[in-house]
Amino acid sequence: MSFADIQKQAIAEWQALHDSRKPRILVGTATCGRAAGAEAVLAAIDKELREQNIDAIVIQVGCIGLCYAEPLVDIIKPGRPRICYGNVTPEIVAQLIEDYLVKDNPRPDLALGTIGDGGVDGIPNLFGLPVLKSQLRIVLRRCGFIDPTNINHYIANGGYSGLVKALAMKPEEIIEEVKKSGLRGRGGAGFPTGQKWEFCRKSPGEEKYIICNADEGDPGAFMNRSLLEGDPHSVLEGMLIGAYAIGAKEGYIYCRAEYPLALERLRIALKQLKEYQLIGDNILGSNFSFHLKIKEGAGAFVCGEETALMASIEGKRGMPRSRPPFPAVSGLWGKPTNINNVETWANVAAIMQRGASWYASYGTQGSKGTKTFSLVGKVERTGLIEVPFGITMRQIIYEIGGSILKGKRFKGVQTGGPSGGCLPPDFLDTPVDYDSLTSAGSIMGSGGMIVMDEDTCMVDMARFFISFTQLESCGKCIPCRWGTKQMLDILEDIVNGRGKPEDIELLQELAESIKDGSLCGLGQTAPNPVLTSIRYFRDEYKAHVEEKRCPALVCNALISYYIDPEKCQGCIICLRSCPAGAIKGGKRVIHVIDQDKCTKCGTCLDICPPRFNAVVKTSGERPAVPEEPVPISSAGKTRGGQQ
Amino acid sequence: MANSSVAQGAQAPLEKEMARQQRLDEILSSYQGNEEELIPILQQVQQVFGYLPEPAMKKIAKFLKLPESTIFGVGTFYAQFKLVPSGRNIIRVCRGTACHVRGATGILGEVEKQLGIKPGESTSDLEYALEAIACFGSCALAPVMVIGNNVYGRMTPAKVKEVLANVGAER
Repeated sequence: MSFADIQKQAIAEWQALHDSRKPRILVGTATCGRAAGAEAVLAAIDKELREQNIDAIVIQVGCIGLCYAEPLVDIIKPGRPRICYGNVTPEIVAQLIEDYLVKDNPRPDLALGTIGDGGVDGIPNLFGLPVLKSQLRIVLRRCGFIDPTNINHYIANGGYSGLVKALAMKPEEIIEEVKKSGLRGRGGAGFPTGQKWEFCRKSPGEEKYIICNADEGDPGAFMNRSLLEGDPHSVLEGMLIGAYAIGAKEGYIYCRAEYPLALERLRIALKQLKEYQLIGDNILGSNFSFHLKIKEGAGAFVCGEETALMASIEGKRGMPRSRPPFPAVSGLWGKPTNINNVETWANVAAIMQRGASWYASYGTQGSKGTKTFSLVGKVERTGLIEVPFGITMRQIIYEIGGSILKGKRFKGVQTGGPSGGCLPPDFLDTPVDYDSLTSAGSIMGSGGMIVMDEDTCMVDMARFFISFTQLESCGKCIPCRWGTKQMLDILEDIVNGRGKPEDIELLQELAESIKDGSLCGLGQTAPNPVLTSIRYFRDEYKAHVEEKRCPALVCNALISYYIDPEKCQGCIICLRSCPAGAIKGGKRVIHVIDQDKCTKCGTCLDICPPRFNAVVKTSGERPAVPEEPVPISSAGKTRGGQQ
Repeated sequence: MANSSVAQGAQAPLEKEMARQQRLDEILSSYQGNEEELIPILQQVQQVFGYLPEPAMKKIAKFLKLPESTIFGVGTFYAQFKLVPSGRNIIRVCRGTACHVRGATGILGEVEKQLGIKPGESTSDLEYALEAIACFGSCALAPVMVIGNNVYGRMTPAKVKEVLANVGAER
C-alpha cells in the first residue's frame, strides 16, 4: 500500500469517528491518570453505558497534562464541543452519563472547560484558562486527543508526513533543515541537534546506529513517559527521519523498566509500523532500510549518560567511559552512533512535518521552539506543561501552576534535577531558556521543575540530591564515588546538628574537585544542587551549622515538639496516639512531651484538634513548658482556647 | 548495588527444581546467545524465579560463553536484579524529588511500620518485599507508591494501611 493510500484510509477512519452520531467518551489512562483512579472510572463508564443501554464510543487517550485534575474524562456529543471533566470518580461518571448523555444537561459545575468550536453556557474554554493559555503545544499536541494505540489516529493528524517529505530529500538537506530549525537537545545539555547529526553522518563507516534515550531517570521528571504513553509514533517518526539523514540502518530505544506502560505503547506502535511497512527494508519503496529494537533498562540512573547507556545496550554493566572518542565517531559496538532524547526526536517529526521556519518562529534567539516540563512539588496545579522558550518562571509557577500550595511562601524552584540547581525568588522573572538558566547557576535539564515553599529545607534538599547521586554513582571513578560520599557525610553532619563552621567551605572545595575530576556527567554535575543552595541559601546552612537550627523545621535532629500549656486542654488524644509513648499527662492534665523518648514523628501535631492547636514544632529554641504534667485547674491560667 | 551476596536459598523439592530447569531452558532457547541478550535474559529469568538463582546464572554464563563473573557483575550492577528470593508482593515507595518534597518520608515510614521491614527487605513469610525507588514518573500525583503495575497517587500515611489491605485482599 502506498503512503497516500494509508493516509486516505487513516483520514477516513478519523473522519468517521468525528462524524459518528454516537457520543464519544475520552478517558485519560496514562500512568498519572491510572494513579489517580482512571481504571475504576473506565470500569464505571462501561457499567453505566451498559445499564443505561447507551451506544457510545469510549477511547483511552494519553495525558493532556492537567495531572492535578486527574482522572480526566471528556465527553463529545454530536454537534457539541468537547467538554472536559476533572477529578472524576465512579460516582461522578454515573451522574455525567445520566445528566449529560441522557438528559442533555452538560453539568457545568463538574466541567473544567470546553475544547473546540462553539461554547457551552457556564463552561469556560479550556485552552483559555490560565493553566493552558500561555502554553504552546508542539510536541504534546496530540497527547490526550488521539488513541496512542492506533497508528491511524496519528497518521490522520499529520503523522508520518514528515517522513515522506524527508525521504524525498537528500540526507544533507534534512540536516540543514534541522540546523535551520535551531533545535537543541532536549535531554539537558542543549547541544544543537543538526550539528550532532552532521558529525555522525560525516563519520567514516558503513554501519551506523541511532539511539533514543528514554531512560528518564531524573527524579521529579516525567515528560518523556507521558509523551511515549500519549503519542509514541511521534518519537518513532523522528527516529526514522534521523536514521535516514544520518545513514543508520539500525536503532535502539532504551527505555527504563519503571515505565511499563510506555514500553507497552512503544511495542504496539512498533508492531503497527511493521504492519504498514513503514519500518524494515526499503521503506515506502525507497532505498532506505531501518530496523529498530526496544531495550528495557534495569534500574540504573547512570544509564541516562550516553556512553553508559550504550554499554548497557551491549549487555554490560552500565558504566560510562571517557570521551573522546565521542559516540558520533565510536559509539555502540565501536560504530558511529547518534543519541537523542525522546523529546528531541518528537520535535524532529514536527519540524519535518511543518518546516524549520515555522518551528524557529517560536522561542528565543538561542533557544528555539518549545520545552516540556513536569511542573511538580508545592504548586497548586501540578502537571505536564509545554511552553515556548522565553517564558518566565513567574508565568510558569503562578499562571500555569496557579499558586504555591496552601498559600505558602515560594522559596525556590529546582530545574535540572540532581544535576541542576535551585533558583530563589529573585529569578522569577528570568526567561526560561538554555543560556539564562545556565548563567543563573542552574541548567535546563530534561524538564523537571520542582517548586519548593517555605516548608522545604534547602540543606535537606541538598542532602537528598547528594544521597541520590551517591547511591547512583557507578563507582568507576574516584572523584564521584568517594567525593559524593564525603559530601553526603558532611551534609548528614549538618542536618544532624554536628556541622562545623568550616564545613560550608569544605563542601564548596570538594564540589569543585568532583566537578573537575569526574569521568561523566553524573559526577561532573552532582555537586550542583549543593553549590547553588550554598550560593542562594547560605543563611540556612549557617543556621544549621552555627545555631543548630533548621529554619524550615524539617531536619528531625534539630527540631522539637512541645505542648503549649496555655492551649492544652488535657484531652489525651495526642497522648493515646503517640507511637513512642512519649507524652505524659492525663484527662484534664496538661500534657508534656518527654524529649528523650520523642521520635519526632509529628503525629501529635497532626492529631491535636485544630481548635486547640496546642502542639508546637520549634527549632533552636525551647519554649517555657512545665517539666511534668500539671492539672489544668491547679495551673491557674486563663483558658484562652476553651469553648 | 542492591544486593551483595548470592542466595544460600532453601533446597527446593526435586520436581519443582526439574520444572524450573525446564523453564530456564525454554527461556534460553528463545535467544541466540549474544552478549547483547544478557540483560533481557536476566530480566526474564527474574520474572519467572522472582530472583536470580546462582545455578541459573551459571547456566546463562555457559549459554552466552561469558565468564560467570560477568553475569554476576551485571546482576549486581543494576538495581532491578535480586540475588536472594524476595517477597511475592513488592511494595515500591517512590523517593523521587517531587515525592520527597511532598512527604515521601512519611509514606515510607508508615509502610515500614505496617510491614515491619526496611527497604530492601522481605517479610519472613516472603509475602511482601519493600523497595524504595528513585522515581516512577508520576510526580504530579506525589507522593506515590506502586504495587505490581498499579500506581497509587496522592498518598497519605493514613491511606497506606488501606492500600496495603487491598493487596492482602487480592491474595
